[in-house]
Parts: sequence; structure tokens; C-alpha cells
Amino acid sequence: MKDVRRLSAQGRNGGELAAPALPRRVPRRAAPPLPWLAPGVVVGGLLPAGVLLLDALTGALGANPVQRATLQTGLLALTLLILSLACTPLRRLTGWTWPARIRKALGLLAFGYAALHFLIYLFDHAFTPGVVLEDVVKRPFVTVGFAALLLLLPLALTSTRDAVRRLGFPKWQRLHQLVYVAASLGVLHYWWGVKKDHTPPLVAVLVVAFLFALRLIRRRRPRPRP
Amino acid sequence: MTGMPPDLPEKAETDPQAPVRPRREFIRNAALFTGTVALLGGGLEALTRRPGAAAEAAPGEPLAQARRPLGPYDTSEAVTPYAQATTYNNFYEFGTGKDDPARLAGSLKPRPWTVLIDGEVKKPVRVDIDTLQSWFPLEDRIYRMRCVEGWSMVMPWLGFPLAALLRRIEPNSKAKYVQFTALHDPKQFPGQRGNVLDWPYVEGLRLDEALHPLTFMAVGLQGRVLPGQNGAPLRLVVPWKYGFKSIKSVVRITLTQKQPRTTWALAAPDEYGFYANVNPAVPHPRWSQATERRIGELRRRPTLPFNGYAEQVAHLYKGMDLRRFF
Repeated sequence: MKDVRRLSAQGRNGGELAAPALPRRVPRRAAPPLPWLAPGVVVGGLLPAGVLLLDALTGALGANPVQRATLQTGLLALTLLILSLACTPLRRLTGWTWPARIRKALGLLAFGYAALHFLIYLFDHAFTPGVVLEDVVKRPFVTVGFAALLLLLPLALTSTRDAVRRLGFPKWQRLHQLVYVAASLGVLHYWWGVKKDHTPPLVAVLVVAFLFALRLIRRRRPRPRP
Repeated sequence: MTGMPPDLPEKAETDPQAPVRPRREFIRNAALFTGTVALLGGGLEALTRRPGAAAEAAPGEPLAQARRPLGPYDTSEAVTPYAQATTYNNFYEFGTGKDDPARLAGSLKPRPWTVLIDGEVKKPVRVDIDTLQSWFPLEDRIYRMRCVEGWSMVMPWLGFPLAALLRRIEPNSKAKYVQFTALHDPKQFPGQRGNVLDWPYVEGLRLDEALHPLTFMAVGLQGRVLPGQNGAPLRLVVPWKYGFKSIKSVVRITLTQKQPRTTWALAAPDEYGFYANVNPAVPHPRWSQATERRIGELRRRPTLPFNGYAEQVAHLYKGMDLRRFF
């Protein structure tokens, strides 16, 4: 125990004492900074899926498990999509770089939950194409949700670094601006899905509107040239 | 040397270029990783996961003796387990969540309880619930219950036909409709502290619908006193209509000349009509009504016209355009 304490004390100060001229955190290896962050986000983001599965298997989803699972996966998709949208404004406002490192993971998780949400809906309707088609065509509530999922699909498919290179950044960026449309449709879908108490979807609307406003303000201002 | 990895180079302590000790870094990263997982995962859970199944109602006082054989209006389908029938409820007076009624039903005091019966009647009366109940022999009815949201249950009610009550108070010749009003008391109904709906909850029936032998006033469920979340102490049950017509915790029954302005039809007139007969052919604007999930089953089943009671009630609507009068 003693040894450990001594060592840790030296670990904190030793480097600086020996080389005061160097920055405090001396040369890291090739490992990316904050190596725990992205994996933590992925595992944390997948955690609700695991709990949901566990809930389903233990009967903890209540009397109407399919409905509960549909609702939760939809909420998870929207929440994660909003979190992914918050990354860039947060980075710009604070100067932190870490939000940029988790944006992709959050976006992909959002797509994953949206796809799962749709899959549960398909299961709910016994994968009957006629029923699903009628819903998508005739009921705006379903149409907008389905459209949001469709819009997220190309974004998920072009989420790799390779895809950015292939498309070229400006084109890739323009494509990924579809996320605004997807988020708006997602929020509308949530609004229409609620029978009466519109407070939770209203919160989602306000958050998304706030994030959009931040971007628009940003865009109006001339960008500082280096 | 306790707990030291043997391969840790001693000179690392003096070499500024050496990497941070791998074990320390590993522990630090593991801690930060765990923290991230806990923060994001926990946050998402808190935001999106509903608490598990609510506790079922403590069984109320027994109300009736052993079941009699099935009556002419009973369905022989499997009855929805008490645990589910008392934990999955739409009762916005307690809150919009399905488990809110079960959680909060304790605040409703079903005794003492007075029911006012007035309007176009020859014998208006203000009557205590126990007295009202004693006027009629209790019957049991096993009815299908179809919610407008697309799920259904099979409920073993205890109570008396509304027709028996109406005959007793004698509607006059001007009476065309029956209006029901639920209790309005935010102290007992926490959901009424907000204005999710225009309180009190009001429902109504045409007089001939109200007099139909299927139309029932329930005071019990599964041989016991009706639990708060199911509409204690007195509720309407109209099995061929969507569940929201079957108003709970009734305090007033008024015979009227005009069609009552009912709560959901006022709140969303394009989605919920006055008639609200179960009809697989008329979709809700946001979902199809062609199928339903029987609580306890994973697969949907087809929804039947008039919830399977067409033979008994379809004649009430002869000549009406049920797409218009949904």
C-alpha cells in the first residue's frame, strides 16, 4: 500500500519536476485522447437496449409490452438524435473538442434505435405490408416518422471517414444537413403520437428549435479567417 | 512490493519521456469509461424508461357469491388477469400514464359518495352510493373492453343495468339523452390539477343506448369492490363503444333534451366522436382500428364491428352513416 501511495504521488509531480519546460501532460502515445469517451458513449447508449431486453424477458414492461417497447425506443432515438445535434454547438460555444468525437456514435445510436422502433412497429403489425403501407400513406403521424427514419438511413450509411473522403467534405456536409429535417420530422411524429399531454413533446420541440437557432445565428456571423 | 505489476520499469519514475504508467492509466480510463456509461446510460434510462409494472390493486372487499353460469351477454373468452386489469388503465384524472391510476388511486375516497340524478326525470334524487347499490340485485357481466388506442381486455364486472336505474327514476317525455359527470376534485384526482382535459369528465348516451340491456353500471370487478383505478365507486360500462365512453367515478346522471357535450369529442372532435362505436372500418386519424391487442397476447387480433356486439346493438344505428357519426 505504501509503495502505491508513494508512486502515485511521484506520478503526479515527478514529470514536472524533472522537465519543467514541457507541457504538463507529457507526450502521450499514439492512443487517441480521451480513449474512454467514444466506447463509453457506445456502451452507455446501448445500455437501455439491454435493459429493455431484460425488462421484456422478465415481464417488467407491464400489461402492453409491445407498446411500451415502441414508445421507449422512439424516445431513445429522438433523445440521442438531439444529443448528436447538440455536439457541434457545444463544441463551438465552449471550445471543447470532445463533443466532436462522440457525435458520430450518438447519431448512429439514434439511427439504431429508430430502426428498432420501426422493427417493433412492423412486428406489432405482423409484418403485413398492406397494413404498413396504408399507415405510411394515409396517416401523417406514421408518414413523418417513416420519413425521418428514411432520411437517417443515408446519413448512417455515410458515417464512415471513408465516405467523407469519397463524397468530399462539402458534399458530405450538405448531405448530413438532412439531420435537421429528420429531427424536425421526428419531433412532429412525437407530437402527433401523444394523445393529450403535450408537455414532453413540447420540451423536445423547444430543445430542437434552440439548437437550430444556435446554428442559424452562427451561420449569419462571418466566420473568422485564420 | 504489493500490487505492483512486475514489468513496470523502475526508471519510469525518473524518465520524463516515459509514458504514463500503464496500470494507472488503465484504471483511470476504466473509471472514466464507467462514468461515461453510467452518465449516458443512466440519463437515457431516466428519460425514457417507464418504471416497471405498477403494483396491482389490493383486492377489495368481496361483493358477490360464487359465479353463476355464463349469462346471455357474457363472453366466454379468457378474463384479463386482475393484475393487468388494475395496473394498465386510462384514467386521466390520475395522470396520462397507464400506470398513474394504479399508483395514485389511493387518493380517491369512494366512500362516502353521493350520486345526483336529475334533469328530465320524474323522480330526481340525490342518493348515497350504498343506498343506490341496494336498490338492485348485483349481476355479473363478462364484457370485452376495447380501448380507442387499439388494445382490449375482458372484464368481469359486477353491477346493475343502467336501464333498471332509469326505470326507477322515470325519464319524462322530453328526455332524449343521458349525460354522465365524473367527480371533479383535484385533491382526490391529482391529474385534475393540470388542464389536460376540460374537467369534469363528461360522457353521454342516447336514451335508447342507455336503455339497452348491455349498458351497465359497474360497482365491482372480479367479485370485489371496484378499485379506484377502474373507476370506483360507480362507473358506466358500454361494451360496444370505445373505452373512453365508459366514464368512471360518476357523481351525476342527468337526463337531457340535447346531445351532451362530451369531453373527448370536445378535446379532439376530429378524432373522437359522440357515438364512438367500435368500428374496424373507421380508422382513427393516427392509426387503424382494424386490429387490437388483447392485453396478455403478443399478436394483434381483428377488431369486430361494435366490439362483437353487432347482433345486439347494430339495429340502434340503422340508417346512420357510421363514418360520419363515428
